[in-house]
Amino acid sequence: MDAETLQALADRLPRAPVDLAVIVESLPQMLDGMLLTLELTAVALAIGFAASLGLVMLRLSRNPLLWMPVYGFVFFFRGTPLLVQIFLIYYGSGQFRFELMEVGLWAWFRDAYFCAVLTLTLNTAAYTTEILRGAIRAVPHGEVEAARACGMSGALLYRRIILPKAFRFALPAYSNEVVFLFQATSLVSIITLMDLTGVARTLVSKTFDVYEIYITAGLLYLVVTYGILGLFRWVEHRWSGHLREPPGVGKRPPDPLAGIATPT
Amino acid sequence: MLQGWGDEILRGLGMTLVVGLCALALAILLGLLGSWAKLSRSGLARGVATFYTTVVRGVPELLLILIVYYGTPTAIQSFASYLGHDIRVDFNPFIAGVTTIGVIYGAFATEVFRGAFLALDKGQQEAARAVGMGRVLAFRRIVLPQVWRFALPGLGNLWLVLIKATALISVIQLTELLRWSDIAARNTRQPFTFFFVAACLYLLITLVSQVVLQRAEVWANRGIRRG
Repeated sequence: MDAETLQALADRLPRAPVDLAVIVESLPQMLDGMLLTLELTAVALAIGFAASLGLVMLRLSRNPLLWMPVYGFVFFFRGTPLLVQIFLIYYGSGQFRFELMEVGLWAWFRDAYFCAVLTLTLNTAAYTTEILRGAIRAVPHGEVEAARACGMSGALLYRRIILPKAFRFALPAYSNEVVFLFQATSLVSIITLMDLTGVARTLVSKTFDVYEIYITAGLLYLVVTYGILGLFRWVEHRWSGHLREPPGVGKRPPDPLAGIATPT
Repeated sequence: MLQGWGDEILRGLGMTLVVGLCALALAILLGLLGSWAKLSRSGLARGVATFYTTVVRGVPELLLILIVYYGTPTAIQSFASYLGHDIRVDFNPFIAGVTTIGVIYGAFATEVFRGAFLALDKGQQEAARAVGMGRVLAFRRIVLPQVWRFALPGLGNLWLVLIKATALISVIQLTELLRWSDIAARNTRQPFTFFFVAACLYLLITLVSQVVLQRAEVWANRGIRRG
């Protein structure tokens, strides 16, 4: 739909008591905001997941010099509000302005987009590390022993036996984490980024149509949230195919005598 | 180090705890109501409860806070002026914050209590009815004392997440821990120091809560043989 058809549609809608026209008019901007929301979610998830794979290896190590820093990192990022983390990195870096300038990092930390991605990435990396740790420890020990007995070790053992099983265990918790992160990106609007919530807040301050715009934004979040959950349910279904009975087994033909009392 | 802002930060910490506890109380109330509705035989009650949990879990907390705090008064005003009344409604940020956080976590508490009610031994309730207890008496004497045992781990998690969510209320200017830290950070130009102090205080709340929750679980499981 181009701008003109949208405007024509908006002109035919009522403006009071509920301003339906403004919803149609602001939809293109809100969809732009949703794009940034999705971009932030995808970037943070991709880097965060990759980082957590490394972190969980360190976390499971027996060497305290390796697992203790990761434990502290996870503890800090899971135990404090995301908004505090965003402020700590975006505003807090200003306190070390000269030090950051000297090493040439100030241009990065001055940028709200970089700080938002950095915080979201660290946050999801911490949560994902914890999810993966639980999942890896849930892999039955016998399978690991069997793999070792066959001569697998190290990377091969992880790649072939532990990780595939752990990913399957982690999937329900990870789908929650993805939804959590997707919704948490709305906080970046507080540090001036124009994600869906940021766009909605700007539109509200311009048009004063408070609830019309916020509720439309809420509906957009709702649709994507349940879209993500549906996607994960589909993946879960695909990955558990070997646990289900093949189609047709277990289904018996209807009993022709059903409902008729059997004589005893 | 805190340049005289220590007492404001502590007052903020107190406010965070008060908001958190009030929101938790509301969430537990809504959770009991919601789980009762979800397990009820009435299709309408189940529908309302499902709508409630679906909407709340699908929309970001920040947006819900903005809708409640800015949206509700404007909605009331614009409908009133449409009907020819000129009124002005203002929302108190404390009430708005407690309501929103309570309503959001009420949806999660609904699932916690639903699981807990389903985990109860059905035979005990039948026995209670059989010895002549009414539904209310059986609920008070048999169901409620035991439901905590199954709900406590879930409610503990809920509290740990809820207390972090209260930081969002600083956006609507409620002077809780993060808001005071923000004010102090701006005034002293030491943002890292003050946000780091705030972060440590949230960690402290988490740590103390975990200890209390462990004790509470021991208490709720008193008289239960393990294994």
